[in-house]
Amino acid sequence: MEAEAASHRPRTLFEKVWDAHVVKPETPDAPAVLYVDLHLVHEVTSPQAFSLLAERGLRLRRPDRTLATMDHSTPTTPRGPGGAWVYGDAQAEAQVRRLSENCRSFGVELHPLGDAAQGIVHVIGPELGATQPGMTVVCGDSHTATHGAFGALAFGIGTSEVGYVLAAQCLLQRRPRTLRVNVDGRLPAGIGAKDLVLAIIAKLGVGGGTGHVAEYAGPAIRALGMEARMTVSNMSIEMGARAGMIAPDDTTFQYLSGRAKTPRGEAFEQAMASWRALPSDAGARFDREVSLDAAAVEPMITWGTNPAQAIPVTAAVPDPALAADAGTRASLESALRYMGFTPGERLLGHPVDVVFIGSCTNSRLPDLREAATVMKGRKVRLRTLVVPGSAAVKREAEAEGLDRIFRESGAEWREPGCSMCIAMNGDHLERGQYCVSTSNRNFEGRQGAGGRTLLASPATAAAAAVAGAVADPRRLEG
Amino acid sequence: MEPLRKLRSRTVVLAKDHVDTDQIIPARFLKCTDKKGLGKALFSDWRYDEAGAPRPDFVLNRPEARGASILVAGDNFGCGSSREHAPWALVDAGFRAVLSTSIADIFKNNALKNGLLPVVVEPAAHARLLAAPGAELAIDLADLSLTLPGGGVAHFPLDAFARYCLMNGVDELGYILAEAEAISAFERARGER
Repeated sequence: MEAEAASHRPRTLFEKVWDAHVVKPETPDAPAVLYVDLHLVHEVTSPQAFSLLAERGLRLRRPDRTLATMDHSTPTTPRGPGGAWVYGDAQAEAQVRRLSENCRSFGVELHPLGDAAQGIVHVIGPELGATQPGMTVVCGDSHTATHGAFGALAFGIGTSEVGYVLAAQCLLQRRPRTLRVNVDGRLPAGIGAKDLVLAIIAKLGVGGGTGHVAEYAGPAIRALGMEARMTVSNMSIEMGARAGMIAPDDTTFQYLSGRAKTPRGEAFEQAMASWRALPSDAGARFDREVSLDAAAVEPMITWGTNPAQAIPVTAAVPDPALAADAGTRASLESALRYMGFTPGERLLGHPVDVVFIGSCTNSRLPDLREAATVMKGRKVRLRTLVVPGSAAVKREAEAEGLDRIFRESGAEWREPGCSMCIAMNGDHLERGQYCVSTSNRNFEGRQGAGGRTLLASPATAAAAAVAGAVADPRRLEG
Repeated sequence: MEPLRKLRSRTVVLAKDHVDTDQIIPARFLKCTDKKGLGKALFSDWRYDEAGAPRPDFVLNRPEARGASILVAGDNFGCGSSREHAPWALVDAGFRAVLSTSIADIFKNNALKNGLLPVVVEPAAHARLLAAPGAELAIDLADLSLTLPGGGVAHFPLDAFARYCLMNGVDELGYILAEAEAISAFERARGER
């Protein structure tokens, strides 16, 4: 009776996915044993985990649920003479080689450099159809929340947990709290998912989602395509939420249909029927709810050293003197000092040194189209890197001539990878340089020691590239 | 993992909010394939100048920081990436506890896997800790207490299972592997095997 009552209680999307993966329920003494459907692996956070298995004589429990690629430490410059990749340094090359060795000895499907399906782990998972609604997805990477755009429960884990999942396909987890972000209305023309998510993070704060799984809901979310939904869910961790989720719908199913790892034919129909039951029930309760009006969102840009320090591109940076408390004042002052901005300064027209278009946030085909629309027929005035998220994105972009637009504008068209988002592969800023970047983190030195990052959408980044300064993509001259 | 039952140490105070994992250990130090020796990269961009010389004004470089194993930091410590290199670096540099008003989820999880105690205290207690750098504190996991500078005791929350693992120096893997039968049954129930 109790179980039946529970099954009729309205549940959130998160609760449905969580409940379906509990191997052993949590008690006051122990967390739940939670089953993992898909484990994504890359070179940076896995070597010590594979070593753990080797040390303890353990095998990989489910090679069929494990998928690896190389993205962080990999070069995005073309192969050198003789076809060899030119690594940033020997350590990066050794780390990439270690992943190949580990995947070979443990039997993991690997998409190495040069492979037709290689790319940023959070780009290729969905692209291959490996990410599906209702799944639990983990990866040793905090931007794993990306996969929540499909109605999966997806979150980043540390290397110890990578080892546990390799060995047991399970994790010990306490059930997080739930937060619904309702986005009403419609985004204005020319305003995209990146602007929206920066506005959400600015509203909630850089720690505002800690302890929660966020569900993004409302008409403005429903209206987004899958790539845009991924951009929103991707940045959940930037407000402290380990996971973000979006209810699956026809947009989701259409994206997934016919992909390499999605079920086919009758099996797809069956899967779709079960996926349709996933959205939060009417009356389901969230621990917290916030609302935002999409119509009020403007092109956003960050001025500071965390992603919540975002403002409309036309606005002035804050004045610490007006801060509510001493702690906030100190944070604002420290960020302004690092960024070299003066209180109350407007960013429009501020000189920029580099533009980076790429990362697991904004390196998919629609992102590149958005940048190309701005750059077409214009010349970039500063160093501009365009780094597709995957080999597949690169092929598709080239098939529609986007690479020509970028090259003719003077931008560098690169091989797929994380590149200057995390600056591990030799693509990095010099000290003091300003970069308008479509990536996800503007932490001090994130794109290279002493570098200064302004996060923005592909359109705003492209506008900065052609203007040579911070610019409003809605009001570009020439 | 070294068991952690009681800890007595001076504090180092890093009075900044939102200290992110890129500050704790910048990404260029993540190209290693083991976990040893990362302590020298801890807070690298704050600790060393462009030429690699220690910045004398950074708290970790002051003589009184030597030997301290409790770090008191501002709100939302450890936000950002999932890199376990962050707690590896802190532990390698001799830290066994991090105190703040809030600690980011993934960092907290990673810390617990490495014998680094995440202590979340109320703002009033936190203010006293921030105001007394170098104070000698005693932390006891038996009753989840810590002594405060100038007298008094504060209590902090810690998951019962995490506390057991810390106090006994065991990791979670043994516990999970012991559930192998339940995991297989779960897979069978889903029609997989």
